[in-house]
Amino acid sequence: MSKKTYLQAINEAMRQEMQRDPRVIVLGEDVAGGQQSSGEPGGVGSVFGQMKGLFHEFGPERVFDTPISESAIIGAAAGAALTGLRPVAEIMFVDFVGVCFDQIYNQIAKFRYMFGGRAKTPLVIRMPAGAGFRAAAQHSQTLHPLFTAVPGLKVVMPSNPYDAKGLLIQAIRDDDPVIYLESKFLFGMEGEVPDEPYRVPFGEANVAREGKDVTLVAFGAMVPRALAAAEALARDGIQAEVVDPRTTSPLDEDTILESVEKTGRLVVIDESPPRCSMASDIAGLVADQGFKFLKAPIKLVTCPHTPVPFAPSLEDAYLPTPERIAAAARAARAYA
Amino acid sequence: MQLSREDLKRAYRLMFTIRAFEERVEKEFALGNIPGFSHVYLGQEASGVGVCFDLADDDYIGSTHRGHGHCIAKGVDVSGMMLEIMGKAGGVCGGKGGSMHIADISKGMLGANAIVGGSPPIAVGAALTQKLNKTGKVAVAFSGDGASNQGTTFEALNMAVVLKVPAIFIFENNGYGEHTAASYAVGAPSLAERVRSFGMPCEVVDGMDFFAVREAMGRALEHARAGKGPYALETMCKRFLGHFVGDPQAYRTPEELAEARAADALPRFRSAVTGASLLTDADLDEIEAEVLALVEASAVAAVAAPMPDPERALTRDVYIKYA
Repeated sequence: MSKKTYLQAINEAMRQEMQRDPRVIVLGEDVAGGQQSSGEPGGVGSVFGQMKGLFHEFGPERVFDTPISESAIIGAAAGAALTGLRPVAEIMFVDFVGVCFDQIYNQIAKFRYMFGGRAKTPLVIRMPAGAGFRAAAQHSQTLHPLFTAVPGLKVVMPSNPYDAKGLLIQAIRDDDPVIYLESKFLFGMEGEVPDEPYRVPFGEANVAREGKDVTLVAFGAMVPRALAAAEALARDGIQAEVVDPRTTSPLDEDTILESVEKTGRLVVIDESPPRCSMASDIAGLVADQGFKFLKAPIKLVTCPHTPVPFAPSLEDAYLPTPERIAAAARAARAYA
Repeated sequence: MQLSREDLKRAYRLMFTIRAFEERVEKEFALGNIPGFSHVYLGQEASGVGVCFDLADDDYIGSTHRGHGHCIAKGVDVSGMMLEIMGKAGGVCGGKGGSMHIADISKGMLGANAIVGGSPPIAVGAALTQKLNKTGKVAVAFSGDGASNQGTTFEALNMAVVLKVPAIFIFENNGYGEHTAASYAVGAPSLAERVRSFGMPCEVVDGMDFFAVREAMGRALEHARAGKGPYALETMCKRFLGHFVGDPQAYRTPEELAEARAADALPRFRSAVTGASLLTDADLDEIEAEVLALVEASAVAAVAAPMPDPERALTRDVYIKYA
């Protein structure tokens, strides 16, 4: 066990899985970096350095740059997965998924069902996601509701270094297609990460903090913000429970409902515009199956129904903050 | 490259199976026995059979919405296909795929594909597996002239060259992307010339001539298996029917339709092999009778077969394991 960043955890998971299984390959734009350039090949290792060093360790057959052709990247990963490899494809920013979405939602997500259960498509698509980088509208989205809505995909949103490693290892070993949304905002976050390989199972929420007064459900980069809000609420004598589902598909409905049964109050925090978000999804779940537990209206803390803005003043107002989360929890507590 | 009598019989059997199967699909569709829509391969038999003739089960193909012929040429079970097209539980995909999604991975058939331009990127990946595992096998992407205009196809052509994978791109140019002429929709003076500009050889072949297609495919296979990267063929075909079964084809003149039928690959094959005294008319008639009996039995069985039970099948096989 040692302290590692979220970024190092991703890199370590990838390296250990490639050592374990020769069928695992990495493809995407600049995942090696510098192939056929004048400088050192393999010097980039993805734009944020997530795949750094893999080219040198595993060579150009297993770690290779692709043209800027997202449809061909995902299609190639799909075809390779159908025929026996276990590709990990990278889309440099989740925002670029629009140009290859057909290959994701019409092809890989549907093969198994369409082909009567006789196809296996074990692939991972890693995509950095999220706002807070002043990267503006086309480099800052999360888009997890888009993937979560598609049957056939599994969707992972790690919120800390431990989960980043364990969920990536699970994703690579999983036989279904997995969308792995890594938070750009959390790349530098430090935490305890075991040196050996381990798996964090899908569909099992982490109760990141226990409390009896209000349930805060948050995903990915919103989990640290929910924890900060819980800390502030504790100073006011409100005990908030923070539930991190870790995966939006499958979703651990039981842990959410059990927590709401205990607290009677629910705030859902989602880095997403509100319509058709995980916030509205979980509100729907609890209204449907946990209505009798509720003492107060469900509160949603989301982004506004706008693109992600550029100006720092606007982007800061766009994202849910610990203050907004705490205010929503206080309102729920004050209701009853 | 010399074909034995048995090879010739196999070629005719495959082409005639496609012909009889598709004519039966047309008939069953008219009778209301086939839900949804069907795009038949009538007229293009020599292209699919010529391309697939020397492929093994562990060579892969990706197909199109007009995929029945490719499935048959690649060895997918005809009875299972008929069941599938009628949405029956015993179909090759359990009745969950239908006409446009027939697949049989065990036969190297990675799926018909209802998205125009869907298969080329997937074939690049299947070819990548062959390269990495050094299998000496290839992956083939069938596309029409319509899909040749898709961005996914351009990306796949370039990626195949960059990664130097054993992918073979077959562009079956039947003159129409749905209802619009290829001469209008393919902006380049020549489809093949545009493919060549990506950096791979592309031959233009008479797609109504089984022998020409098979020989060109032989050169493609040799190139790909030698590690020289991708190869392409533009097979010039005639579509006997419209885009889908029931398409009134107001956009084609009766003269053009008659010309298409006059170029029929099957009588042409027959006169070539009987003229050279390689097979007799009786040999070919016998094959036709056997195939017609097989297709008849498949259709009768499929009409009578049960549809999948929603209790058992509706939510099954979305995932291998969903927590």
